[in-house]
Amino acid sequence: MSNIIAIKNLKLDLITARGVVHAVRDINMNVKHGEIHGVVGESGCGKSMTAKAILRLHDEKKLLYSGSILYEDDKDIFNMTEKELQNLRGKEVAMIFQDPITTLNPLLTIGQQLSEVLTLHLKLSKKEAKKRSIELLESVEIHPGAERYEQYPFEMSGGMLQRVIIAMAIACNPKIIIADEPTTALDVTMQAQVLDLIKELRDKHNMAVMIITHNFGVVAEICDTVSVMYAGKIVETGEVSEIFHNPKHPYTQDLIKSIPKSGSTEKRLVAIPGSPPDLRYNIEGCPYASRCTYATEACEKAEPKLIKLSDTHAYTCIRN
Amino acid sequence: MKKKNKLGKFFTLPVIISLSVLIVIILAVLFAAFLATHDPLALSMSESLQGPSSAHLLGTDKTGRDIFSRLLFGGRTTLLGALGVVIISVIIGIPLGLFSGYFGGKVDMVTMRISDMIVAFPSLLLAFVFVSSFGRGLMNAVVAVGIIYVPMLAKLTRSLVLVEKNKTYVEASRAIGYSHFQIIFFQILPNCISTILVQLTLDIGYAILDLAAMSFLGLGIQPPTPDWGAMLEEGRIYLSTNPLIALAPGITIIITVVAINIFSDGVQSYLDPSHRKLPSVKKIRRLVGVAHE
Repeated sequence: MSNIIAIKNLKLDLITARGVVHAVRDINMNVKHGEIHGVVGESGCGKSMTAKAILRLHDEKKLLYSGSILYEDDKDIFNMTEKELQNLRGKEVAMIFQDPITTLNPLLTIGQQLSEVLTLHLKLSKKEAKKRSIELLESVEIHPGAERYEQYPFEMSGGMLQRVIIAMAIACNPKIIIADEPTTALDVTMQAQVLDLIKELRDKHNMAVMIITHNFGVVAEICDTVSVMYAGKIVETGEVSEIFHNPKHPYTQDLIKSIPKSGSTEKRLVAIPGSPPDLRYNIEGCPYASRCTYATEACEKAEPKLIKLSDTHAYTCIRN
Repeated sequence: MKKKNKLGKFFTLPVIISLSVLIVIILAVLFAAFLATHDPLALSMSESLQGPSSAHLLGTDKTGRDIFSRLLFGGRTTLLGALGVVIISVIIGIPLGLFSGYFGGKVDMVTMRISDMIVAFPSLLLAFVFVSSFGRGLMNAVVAVGIIYVPMLAKLTRSLVLVEKNKTYVEASRAIGYSHFQIIFFQILPNCISTILVQLTLDIGYAILDLAAMSFLGLGIQPPTPDWGAMLEEGRIYLSTNPLIALAPGITIIITVVAINIFSDGVQSYLDPSHRKLPSVKKIRRLVGVAHE
């Protein structure tokens, strides 16, 4: 299967008042057609930065980037003009944001916002767009569609809004959906619904999905492949079964250990001690060395090598 | 306001009252020729400074002109002038504020420094400079005052845009594939409009008074053309002996401005769908058709 998104040697440096933050440090990532790819990591490790870079949503006056992001293996997103980007966004690559309540314009009805996408990209007439919008609302289990079409965002719950946003994302049958923590703002039952919906839509329309999350539970539930990010780097990547049954990088192991287990008699949750390094500075050696239980002196000096276990499974660590 | 929310209600009591007051004023001013009892320009020195009577409903001014008739005809210049001022400041100020707030950078720097320069001078002084270089008359006075109102409106719009542009829905709109132009006018502007509207209604009141000050100094509307502001200024000297000369135009201005304010308040709360006034509980019950006894 060919890649829909291929990120090659991507580096993103944010210019802030407190100095240049090297948020993403030379990452490679591939998302294949029809695959659900999870990107996991703690806050501030560059997950969302990477996701936004795919659609070039950053304020590029405050961002330095290098490397390339190839769409369908031949079109480099960093070389696209604004016009080409506008055609890519929403139509080919759709995005779902974290907080459904602020993602929709509070002053426009659900219907206006949904049908606007259709008229913009598919050039449907107003009447067709309305008909299609109502179908879309019904397809994400919002009933009755015709009535909900006329409502404003404040008249719906967070979970419903997230489904409306998913409806907007799939409106133009995009080839890939980037979901930036789609379930973080929702309660657990809603999370399950939204995840099921995403999975169902993938099966139906064969669209790829890239899910950004800090929740390994989400990954286990729906992802096919996973990239684990730490301090702007991908430390381990592989298929879900490989990552869960044979985690190689100490960070992945620690993350999996810290998932709360039901029925566990231990009183305290397992947490990873320490905090991630300051991304403003260059990191010598392995970025995880200061928190790693296996760390040796060599870890703080030598850059860890990429070790390939199989075609899909790879990790960066000095140990073997 | 195209899409009607079936529960939302635009015609609330304050809106109905203020709207009817405004309609009455506009009709009275439009049909001044039929309603006026006298020629607003006719002098009659023998009848000067009279109180209200059946011949002169609101009395006469110092040259014996009928105040009621002058009020009707004066409304034309006053309202048109104030409207002109606001339209000019809207056409220039709002796009300027939107663009400089949204794009920032050099565009923002230049527009805001020019605005600062204009704001730094007393506003009327600038208007005088403008009128004295381009000539007197209502048209020039309106343009001058309009341009003076531009920076304030641009700054207000810009500050609103600065807040709105960082909200997620703007980023989401970009992710959907909207162009900058579409985001500015169809996503951000609707979210700023209610605050701008309040400023505009206040501006109408200020514009009436500023135009009056201009004509008082002989730079705006030229006598003997009637105008509410000018009439107010004329009556000032007789405030203790014959207060109606000043009170009649003064109260008319107040009524107009208050009515516009209340009306815009109604429009404003209608524009925010979550603040629309809902019909009574009884009516909702009827709509829902469920008995919550």
